[in-house]
Amino acid sequence: MAVVSMLAAACSGGGGTSSAAGGTGGEITVRGCTPQNPLVPANTTETCGHYVLTTLSSQLVHYNVDTAAPEMDLAQSIETTDNQTFTVKLKQDRTFHDGTPVKAHNFVDAWNYDAYAPNGLNGSSFFEPIQGFDDLQCPTTDTKCATQKPAADKMSGLAVVDDYTFTIKTTEPVSNLALRLGYDAFAPLPDSFFKDPKAYEAKPIGAGPYKFVSQDASNIVVEKDPAYKGQWPGHTDKITYRIYQSTDAAYADVVANNLDATDEVPTGMLVNDQWKSDAADRNLTAKEGVIQVAAFSPVDEQLKNPTLRKAISMAINRPEITKQVFLGTRAPSDSWVAPTVDGYKAGACGDTCTYNPDQAKALYQQSGGYQGTLTLAVNGDGGHKPWADATCNSIKNTLGLDCQVIVTPDFKTLLDQMENRELKGMFRYGWQMDYPSIEDFLTPIYQTGASSNYFNYSSAEFDGLLKAGNTAKTSTEANAKWQEAEQVLVKDLPTVPLWSTTRPVIWSTNVTNVKVDPFGVIVYSAIQKK
Amino acid sequence: MGTYIVRRLLQMIPVLIGSTFLIFLMVFALPGDPVAGRCGERACPEAYVAKFTQDYHLDKPVLVQYGYYVGKLVRGDLGTNFYGNSVLHELAVRFPTTLRLAVIAILFEIVVGIGAGVWAGMRRGRWPDTVVTIGSLLIISVPIFVIGALAQLIFGIKLGIFPVTSTSGTWWQLLLPGLVLGSVSVAYVARLTRTNLVENLRADYVRTAKAKGLGRGRSIGLHTLRNSLIPVVTYIGADFGALMGGAIVTERIFNINGIGSFIFRSISQRDGVSVVGAVVMLVFVYLLMNLLVDLLYGALDPRISHE
Repeated sequence: MAVVSMLAAACSGGGGTSSAAGGTGGEITVRGCTPQNPLVPANTTETCGHYVLTTLSSQLVHYNVDTAAPEMDLAQSIETTDNQTFTVKLKQDRTFHDGTPVKAHNFVDAWNYDAYAPNGLNGSSFFEPIQGFDDLQCPTTDTKCATQKPAADKMSGLAVVDDYTFTIKTTEPVSNLALRLGYDAFAPLPDSFFKDPKAYEAKPIGAGPYKFVSQDASNIVVEKDPAYKGQWPGHTDKITYRIYQSTDAAYADVVANNLDATDEVPTGMLVNDQWKSDAADRNLTAKEGVIQVAAFSPVDEQLKNPTLRKAISMAINRPEITKQVFLGTRAPSDSWVAPTVDGYKAGACGDTCTYNPDQAKALYQQSGGYQGTLTLAVNGDGGHKPWADATCNSIKNTLGLDCQVIVTPDFKTLLDQMENRELKGMFRYGWQMDYPSIEDFLTPIYQTGASSNYFNYSSAEFDGLLKAGNTAKTSTEANAKWQEAEQVLVKDLPTVPLWSTTRPVIWSTNVTNVKVDPFGVIVYSAIQKK
Repeated sequence: MGTYIVRRLLQMIPVLIGSTFLIFLMVFALPGDPVAGRCGERACPEAYVAKFTQDYHLDKPVLVQYGYYVGKLVRGDLGTNFYGNSVLHELAVRFPTTLRLAVIAILFEIVVGIGAGVWAGMRRGRWPDTVVTIGSLLIISVPIFVIGALAQLIFGIKLGIFPVTSTSGTWWQLLLPGLVLGSVSVAYVARLTRTNLVENLRADYVRTAKAKGLGRGRSIGLHTLRNSLIPVVTYIGADFGALMGGAIVTERIFNINGIGSFIFRSISQRDGVSVVGAVVMLVFVYLLMNLLVDLLYGALDPRISHE
């Protein structure tokens, strides 16, 4: 019997005392950016939209700000005995911003809509584990569903039991399902959405602590929902996400106290920690659930040898590059998993990720070396060239192997080349987690045939251990299995970890209580006016 | 005069069609898939790609896509961009901001640029001339992002005289960026005015006017300066068109939500519909400015007639 532990909802980061409704919390303005899509939760998979959704929407679970552990939010409990059938009981006092109660059918209908292929939502793949997901997809030969509609429009794995109870059946055991349900895509949708999705896009209605006021080219405004009954109410009455064209402008505004918070600092200000003196006593460095790896091309015959891969990895001086090139905004990785998540094991990569020139040279000799020039492909629109140059130099100086950086015009081009398996040599790959679990850093990237497996990596042993983790009875046991799976990566090295991201955050002198969640995103609802 | 204007306006139609087509081809020829990269570091779900492709006709040949586009264009619809917003609306929201910014910059150019040019030209070879020459050289040689960032640091952050960034695009918020934006052109206008004035002051007709006993003010103001301003007006007209195209660098420094940053973002998003829409508008502004400049020629120099 594995019941998700219900942590006492004490003051944890975003929670705490709510200021009396009636508007005494003041107003704040924070840096925002333009969302790529209308703010339908399951269609928002990028940062700009996510910033706003953190205040607009609530999900079944909420991640603890400090530990990333899941805490019950809209759910009263999520129970399972076999990791395959989950019974979700909802709290009965939670409402959407339009006043309607959040009921079981708001989840079931929303998830069916989100997963239904013809609706073409960006986050539809999140529902893949649920039984019947495949029935909602287009026939394989026809990605448009033009000739044939999907077999069904409701997943067989979702069933409403009563107003406040529903069940989820998954195709395979998924021991961390409850943890996944905190992601934006799993937000419930109000009845009005299904009547008129277009109207919803113009004015999103969630169940979060803040409700939507307006959105235009320069600002997105949300205000506190006085009817919010959850444990993480907002502190300020109004939050304005001001759209900035550049990092520098937002930074200048925060330093001058015209903007209350930004989570970007221009590179120039990172030099000698200038930003920490510009915003003395009002800055922090947030760890993010983002990791960068160097991937080996699956179509480069010479790189098939794991010994050569290990030699190259050991020739990269990670501490030096993170210090010199990234000015401390990255931390050298000792694992394929970001350090903020549940199940992260320090030092999982061992000596393979440790800079050791002598051993790297020895392994390189042993492997027979690499003929010609090793290339490292990065996209030119993400500021990757400096570290790529440094990495190449590190390899060149250690192994005497000629290494060159290839820069594609932009990320889209690089992604196209990765998808078409056109790249030789090495290329950069980054992963931003969806939910704070070690499993999210393994399954979507390294499982056989996974959507983001650009390395053609396929290991029966690895897949087996993933599965073993998914059927485990407790989360401790599951994490242990996934950590074993990670050890298989150490052996095969489809990619080598480089570093994980940290984010500089600064705020104005008018606010306090600026925190970041495990994703490295500012907890906007927790910010208080002085 | 009336027929001339009508003829010029009619000539705009083929230019507009030609330019939209070229821009459309260019955006289409950019490498990369507009859908890739819309889902962060991962591949997009197939269904999402399919819907997106269908909504924007991305699977059709470029000529067919262009056909769809022109079909909408003649109805005054600039299409819908990849964010699902009407391009016409997006431009309408940003246009006033960009226009205000351009007007500030142009006024700055006209008043300070022509003023400094006349001042230097009248005192050729003496200290005012040297001051204007060196000053304009300095401004031309410093890149605009340096001028912008410095102005923001000194007048915005340190002294607090001007707003650090623009939040809603009011005249007051755009004053400093407008001056920064106009600074390089001011230098050019000053030099252009000075050179032309110096040249014309040596012309025969000026000597004749002086010999006739015409006052200094009239001979210079009415005759010399009017003749000297023709190249300057041409420059300012073209510059106004360029400024309307948005000042990408200045807009980014001062966070101005204008046409420039919109085009920049749209290009990086492969958002062809937005780019073409914005460029159509810009071409139109350019053509209008050109017409205005040509009409001004007639006012400045009676020998140029459009009849």
